[in-house]
Amino acid sequence: MASSIKVILDKCIGCGLCIRACPFAAITLVDKKAVINEKCTFCGACVDACKKYQAIVITRETFAAHDVSAYSGIAVFAENHGGQLASVVPEIIGAALELKKSLDAPLAAVLVGHNVKKLAEELLEYGVDEVWMRDDNGIGDFSEDVQTEVVADILKEKKPAIFLGGGTVIGRSLLPKVASRIGTGLTADCTELEIDPDTKFLKQTRPAFGGNIMATILCQNHRPQMATVRHKVMKAAPKTGNKGGRIVHLDHIPVPAPTYEVLEFVEEKTDTVNIVEADFIVSGGRGIKDPKNFALLHDLAKELDAAVGASRAAVDAGWIPYSHQVGQTGKTVNPKIYIACGISGAIQHLAGMKSSDIIIAINSDRAAPIFDVAHFGIVGDLFEVVPELIKQLKG
Amino acid sequence: MNIVVCIKQVPDTTDVKINPETNTLIREGVASIINPFDVYALEEAVRLKEKFGGTVNVLSMGPPQVDASLREAISVGADEAYLLSDRAFAGADTLATAYTLAAGIRKLGGADVILMGRQAIDGDTGQVGPEVAENLSIPHLTDIKKIESLEADGTAVVQRMLEEGYVRIKVKLPIVMTVVKEINEPRLPSLRGKMNAKKKEITVWGAADIEVDPQRLGLTGSPTQVVKIFTPPKPSGGKIFEGGVTESVAELLSELKKAGLAVGAGKGE
Repeated sequence: MASSIKVILDKCIGCGLCIRACPFAAITLVDKKAVINEKCTFCGACVDACKKYQAIVITRETFAAHDVSAYSGIAVFAENHGGQLASVVPEIIGAALELKKSLDAPLAAVLVGHNVKKLAEELLEYGVDEVWMRDDNGIGDFSEDVQTEVVADILKEKKPAIFLGGGTVIGRSLLPKVASRIGTGLTADCTELEIDPDTKFLKQTRPAFGGNIMATILCQNHRPQMATVRHKVMKAAPKTGNKGGRIVHLDHIPVPAPTYEVLEFVEEKTDTVNIVEADFIVSGGRGIKDPKNFALLHDLAKELDAAVGASRAAVDAGWIPYSHQVGQTGKTVNPKIYIACGISGAIQHLAGMKSSDIIIAINSDRAAPIFDVAHFGIVGDLFEVVPELIKQLKG
Repeated sequence: MNIVVCIKQVPDTTDVKINPETNTLIREGVASIINPFDVYALEEAVRLKEKFGGTVNVLSMGPPQVDASLREAISVGADEAYLLSDRAFAGADTLATAYTLAAGIRKLGGADVILMGRQAIDGDTGQVGPEVAENLSIPHLTDIKKIESLEADGTAVVQRMLEEGYVRIKVKLPIVMTVVKEINEPRLPSLRGKMNAKKKEITVWGAADIEVDPQRLGLTGSPTQVVKIFTPPKPSGGKIFEGGVTESVAELLSELKKAGLAVGAGKGE
């Protein structure tokens, strides 16, 4: 029997609550009864909305699962390049240590690369119990194809119940391939992870639709339960020193030949471009009016030790390169402070910066939607406000 | 060269408004568009075809109304369009979607290059590209910002965007690549393209038309399950300063200080 969704006509009173709850506009009323069309994704929002009448039923069948009882513990992917752990790694360990409290299961880090022993010791200092390490000169920086094979083999052997990776370019590319290889589920870019106290399932919550809806997702019948974790959302684990953790050498795991050749890594690490890592971002939009005026934002950024971001309008106008673009078709950022200057706050822009700790809006239009999400705002001409801000910061 | 472009039809978010009372998305009357990132993939495919010859096949999975998006793809230069549409595909997560798309690509006889956008703007997962590659047992690269060169022997040099720069990679076809917006400037449909799109026959395949295990399709073939959908809490009203510039800035800085955020001179580091 296949999975299905059904409206029980006797119970449906045609109230329309399900229509309002459906995020996919997949329900209509026909003769005062709910009718579900082919846009339905079985998300279940309507079932929740119809709790009172219980007129909508989803029958769910899942394809043959593997034996989930053989899997235990938590593992994280220790992404690394240039002899350093990616900055997201301590954050995933932080999230995993929280999960560990409710699971009472060991935490391991999967470390693959060349000459990475030093990183293994660093991982132990963050509080992982084991480092599953494959160190080989055939595993180069950015050789994601080779790393994928090695990581998949390690997971097949070690069988963790949960496997987490960073929501980085590499993490969001390597984990899907691994998940597909193993035949398990993967939830992208989670902002919240929690263990269900009763079932012990990993509850994975993530924004979708540009952050306008949140979805909580389970992977009940397949293991490992895999997720990538959005950068700069989880609290990083502090280095507390190695408390009895150990390195497990997995030298027997084969290292396959690469399928592509990494020619070079071109670093673009200017002071102002790395908006993904920045704690402070000064961002400009249409209100900047002229490319020359970005100099003003650079001055403010310098004062704050901030990176410079931009809205799509400013990038499309050619005022600043695409690598600075924040928003749905640009980068998602999570700084401590995001200062939006002359940005109206279109839904696509908000999608990329809404989860910033503090949003400060500077805009002459009091009705601009950016003020709806701002924690602090100044209504005024940015060409007066920003220089004054720089002046007062200089104190 | 055989090129397949996978596209997804998504709601146009420029139309999406939030109902201020219920804090939910208003979806009524929202137009459906080709996922913006997929438009760049499509443009890149057409450019490759123009340079090296071959065909561009567009493939999508979804309800029958995706037909309109496939015609749009034809209007900007794709040769043929295929729609995987079946009630059995509904409710698919990325694993089941990739499985189904890969079966469609195999039915097309495979491809030298498979292109798609880095992610869809509704789901935002970016997982389908790598998962399609795994299903076809070929390599993949995400976030491609430039195809530098492509040789007759099937090797290409591409640039992949990373957080702190980019890597240049030499690859061998066949490969799945997902692209970022920087890769090109998509064209608008020509009049001839529009005419062509109107009369084009779009091939529709159901589950019975492709070689698949029914257990791996749609909701049944999806290990992940959405158990709750909710709208994030509306941000409680911020403090907006509307007085003079000097006072407003001073008030802002004092608020930041109160919030424990050290900024500017004397931040004590």
